Amino acid sequence: MSGTPRVAVLSGGMSLERDVSLRSGTRITTALAEQGLEVDRIDVDAGLVPTLERGRYDVAVLALHGAAGEDGTIQSVLELLHLPFSGSDVLASSLAWNKPIAQGLYARAGIAVPERITLSQQAFRELGASAVVDRIAPLLGTPLVVKPVTGGSSLGLSVVTAAAELPGAIVGALSYADAVLVERFVAGTEVAVTVLGDRPLPAVEISPKDGRYDFSARYTAGATEFHAPARLDADVVAACERTAIDAGAAIGARDLWRADMIVDDAGTPWLLEIDTCPGMTETSLAPLAAEAAGMAFPDLCRTLVGLALDRAA
Amino acid sequence: MRLDTDPYLSRYADRVSGLAASEIRALFSVAERPEIVSFAGGMPDLSVMDLDAVADMTAQVIREQGTVALQYGGGQGRPQLREALVDVMAHAGVPATPDELLITVGGQQALELIAKCFIDPGDIVIAEGPTYVGAVAAMNSHQADVRHVPMDADGMRMDLLEELLVGLRAEGRRAKYLYTIPNHQNPGGVSLSEARRRRLAELAEEHDLLVMEDDAYGLLGFDGETATSLRTLIPERVVYLGTMSKTFAPGVRSGWIAAPTPVREKLVLLREAADLCPSNLTQLMIERWLTTQPWQEQIKRYRALYQHKATLILDALASEMPAEVDWTRPRGGFFVWLTVPTGIDTSALLAKAIGRRVAYVPGRGFYDDGNGGDQLRLCFSFPPTDRIREGVSRLAELLHDELGLLRSVYGDDAPELAGRRGGGAGA
Repeated sequence: MSGTPRVAVLSGGMSLERDVSLRSGTRITTALAEQGLEVDRIDVDAGLVPTLERGRYDVAVLALHGAAGEDGTIQSVLELLHLPFSGSDVLASSLAWNKPIAQGLYARAGIAVPERITLSQQAFRELGASAVVDRIAPLLGTPLVVKPVTGGSSLGLSVVTAAAELPGAIVGALSYADAVLVERFVAGTEVAVTVLGDRPLPAVEISPKDGRYDFSARYTAGATEFHAPARLDADVVAACERTAIDAGAAIGARDLWRADMIVDDAGTPWLLEIDTCPGMTETSLAPLAAEAAGMAFPDLCRTLVGLALDRAA
Repeated sequence: MRLDTDPYLSRYADRVSGLAASEIRALFSVAERPEIVSFAGGMPDLSVMDLDAVADMTAQVIREQGTVALQYGGGQGRPQLREALVDVMAHAGVPATPDELLITVGGQQALELIAKCFIDPGDIVIAEGPTYVGAVAAMNSHQADVRHVPMDADGMRMDLLEELLVGLRAEGRRAKYLYTIPNHQNPGGVSLSEARRRRLAELAEEHDLLVMEDDAYGLLGFDGETATSLRTLIPERVVYLGTMSKTFAPGVRSGWIAAPTPVREKLVLLREAADLCPSNLTQLMIERWLTTQPWQEQIKRYRALYQHKATLILDALASEMPAEVDWTRPRGGFFVWLTVPTGIDTSALLAKAIGRRVAYVPGRGFYDDGNGGDQLRLCFSFPPTDRIREGVSRLAELLHDELGLLRSVYGDDAPELAGRRGGGAGA
């Protein structure tokens, strides 16, 4: 490569999070262009490979959310094309994407993860699992969080307070994936720690004005109050940062990832999940964390490009 | 440090507080992809529009009346266009004079102006349940308290409307107005029967009701027949809304209101505050369309096409859908309204539907009270004829699977869940 790198920002696609992804992608494209880079935003479709080959890009920045973008699929294609890209590799992406597998790995690494049960559509259809749904509430207690085993943006997520609501919540979550994760609800402060390169950015405390950090609270500007650094004791913040770093190491994440957790009253951070391709919209957590660290959005994007290019060098 | 994602938050008016990002809207950005058979957007099929005629006509407008077309105009709209629209209304059997008309930017501006004109925060407005989503948005932006009246195959249930009106009177309250789409309703796909039109007129007199008659689809009955307009029955109590979006094209953003003089005067002042005047360019285009082109032939082409598409979708639904699913049988307009068994949430199901490459509009958006979770709207006017059956098959397969899943997740409770529902617009 000589001179200014040519950057392909990949976003959109057929994912259920297409809209969020397009917003992230547009914002990154604008930011990199302002820095003088040659940037194209590419809406991912069946013509992706020829488009990338024709474009003679030096690096790809991924702003893809949802299946294909985050589950290792696109990463495989980019590796075959020898096109350096930002973010986690195939294996780390696919591990993080499958929440039950990832949580098992986090637990093995000694990280606190809420007790949980995974139930697949197949278990209901072929194994008569409805007969054991009654046992979940006594086992894990209520309230319970029900969510699809894959996907982000809180799509398909619900909190049930009574066992009777469980079947409906399971059916709702099964709209977004073939299996559901039912986990113990941890009460406490919601915190997100973004890791850039090998250092944690300031922990962001999330306090939705309506009490719930759902899709609307995530993407409506002003609907959620964020504090960075989080208003927690220094040792608790340090524990959150350690959790984010350790969890990333457990699956082999790199460049940029966001660990979502809840800090309970005793100050223990409970890890919910890691997002290996975090949202980059105006209301997204990773850019907010960078901002709190004094890093403007264009610098964050430029750093991502640099990390990917350094790897290729 | 507190991070503000919206530093303007403390400055917004109260009416803005309900405006939020929605996951359904986010999903529609996938529905626009060509891989998906979309029954979602309520759009006309412009493939039968004579574009050469429109091109010639538009060129003539610029060449012959360019300095008028590109200039400001009057707030009420051009008198020549209002005259032409009076002819269109006459064609639908609705009496009016040019002076009663106000040209708007599509039917949607008419809904917004009317809401602005009549609704104070908390005021009651009555509408069909379900009703047009854009009307709900306009009423919500003025903080209306919307009360829905259910429909059946004959349109809005007059017994339930009377019950509501009597109840309001007992509380010492009254509705600011009643909003109705009596012909080929959006989204219900049903029309108000002649007997009920007369009953509605009686109830309006009895309870001092003002009626907004939204007649977007009146000329699109498949058999070419038009029904008695409410404006004919109780002219002093009706504000009539018309649009060129369905009989010509939505791209010209042209609609109109026919209102009693005092109301029309207020509406003209409100519109001048909103956008000064309608576009002269599009007004002149429509004027020419209505005075020099065979516009009734165009409507016939639309009717024939939509009748064909309605037959396709109804046949496909009849042969593919699970027995537990119910739907309306439209005789005009753009829409079929489906009711699925309780337990299936059509908002949550949309993600799966998109995964199977078919899209619809979930029912909740057509209500202001959270109802409609077990209903959905299919628009048959826009998808290409050769993809309608394919789309219905995909949706039917999904609903079959979903019913199976419901039974397996709920276990013993399943049979009663999957029972056929009564009521709704599908009865």
